[in-house]
Amino acid sequence: MFLRQIWTIAQKDLRAELRTKEALNASLAFSVVILLLFSFAFDPSAPDLAMFSGGLLWIVYSFAGALALNRSFARELQNDCLDALISSPAPASALFLGKAIANYALLLAVELVSLGVFALFYDVRLTGKFWPLCLVMILGTWALVIIGTMFSALTVNLQMREVMLPVLVYPFLIPALMSAMVLTGLILNGMPLSGDNLIWLRVLVAFDVVFTALAVVFIDVVLVG
Amino acid sequence: MRNKMIFVLSAVAAALITWTLYKVFWVLPEQVVNVGAYKIFYFHVPAALTSFTGFFVALAASGLYLYSGDLKYDAFAAGVTEVSLAFATANLLTGMLWARFAWGIWWAWDARLTSMLVCWLMYAGYLMLRKAITEPAQRARLCAVLSIFGCINVAFVYKSIEWFSQTQHPQPVLSIRNGGGMGPGMEAPMYWNYLGMLCLATVLATVRMRQEEFATEIDSLRRQAHAH
Repeated sequence: MFLRQIWTIAQKDLRAELRTKEALNASLAFSVVILLLFSFAFDPSAPDLAMFSGGLLWIVYSFAGALALNRSFARELQNDCLDALISSPAPASALFLGKAIANYALLLAVELVSLGVFALFYDVRLTGKFWPLCLVMILGTWALVIIGTMFSALTVNLQMREVMLPVLVYPFLIPALMSAMVLTGLILNGMPLSGDNLIWLRVLVAFDVVFTALAVVFIDVVLVG
Repeated sequence: MRNKMIFVLSAVAAALITWTLYKVFWVLPEQVVNVGAYKIFYFHVPAALTSFTGFFVALAASGLYLYSGDLKYDAFAAGVTEVSLAFATANLLTGMLWARFAWGIWWAWDARLTSMLVCWLMYAGYLMLRKAITEPAQRARLCAVLSIFGCINVAFVYKSIEWFSQTQHPQPVLSIRNGGGMGPGMEAPMYWNYLGMLCLATVLATVRMRQEEFATEIDSLRRQAHAH
């Protein structure tokens, strides 16, 4: 029952997004622009590019993510949809998880496209590195989405919503983003994920688990009161 | 009652901090083996400890607010967070002064420096969120959730940044970690100053809490006046 409610909300959000393509287009265009801007910030043909490319990728992902997540709850303000959703039989946690899953799918799609653009622009070979990268993206993006969706709910009724969300989200995400950056950098450098490097994978998993649990517990307080 | 407590605690804080200043300037040796200008630590370390203590107290107060719905706890959480942020600022500034002297640069991306800065940013976000919401009950609820998230994230930030960057921070400062590196009688003033700063922080937080309560009361009176 709970799972079906989550699925319904996620489906609804994805359908609405695919019809308007508001967030999708905005974050895709935005990530391509940032990738372009990076080429002016440093020499794109430099041999040590692989060293910090992990960081670059996650900066793109987190910027594009904030753009998409900002709209997640704010979209429901029109016609008092949010009140209707809250008073529907679905509990607040189902509403939250449904929205998080919809955002997750959306953001992963954007990330895959911008990973392709990145590989193309900066001549990064992905053969043999794609699946480990996917693992990092799956874990890192969930961290981004869970914190972003939670804070999107937290700031939905504020006038300064667009300003407040990034201010709150980025310092919060530092442990997760840092782990994802380190891991992505390692993978793009062709290093194996083993030994000491696994600690970053553990940080990511722990971050995901702890904050998913906290968000599910506290979303009721945030949305309903 | 509360007034009396404030006076007593301020007297204790003043006495302890003055005593530390006396120790620092007249009693303790000028140099220790490998660390120069170390005397700033007697304020640097207690300030960090006080701010982290404050963040945990704010977590408890936020939890109590969510449990009881009493705005008193929210006002306390707000006051404590503000004061802790002030102590965190003091810690960052004294750290930077010392780094300029010892390492020759104002800012080294050192693990503890970075994690303190991240915590500072997180709690500055908390205060900004408070400013952005006008309705008291809503503000209390949302900020309590943010404070709980923040305090748990402090653990993540602290550990992950410690793993990320090689620290050049003077390592064994206090004996509770790694045995300590200070001579006999040199560590005690640090703890006494910590106690003094805790008293000072309590006084400041209590005063801020009272202001916060007055602000809520004035706000509700104003609303009533508008309603008539």
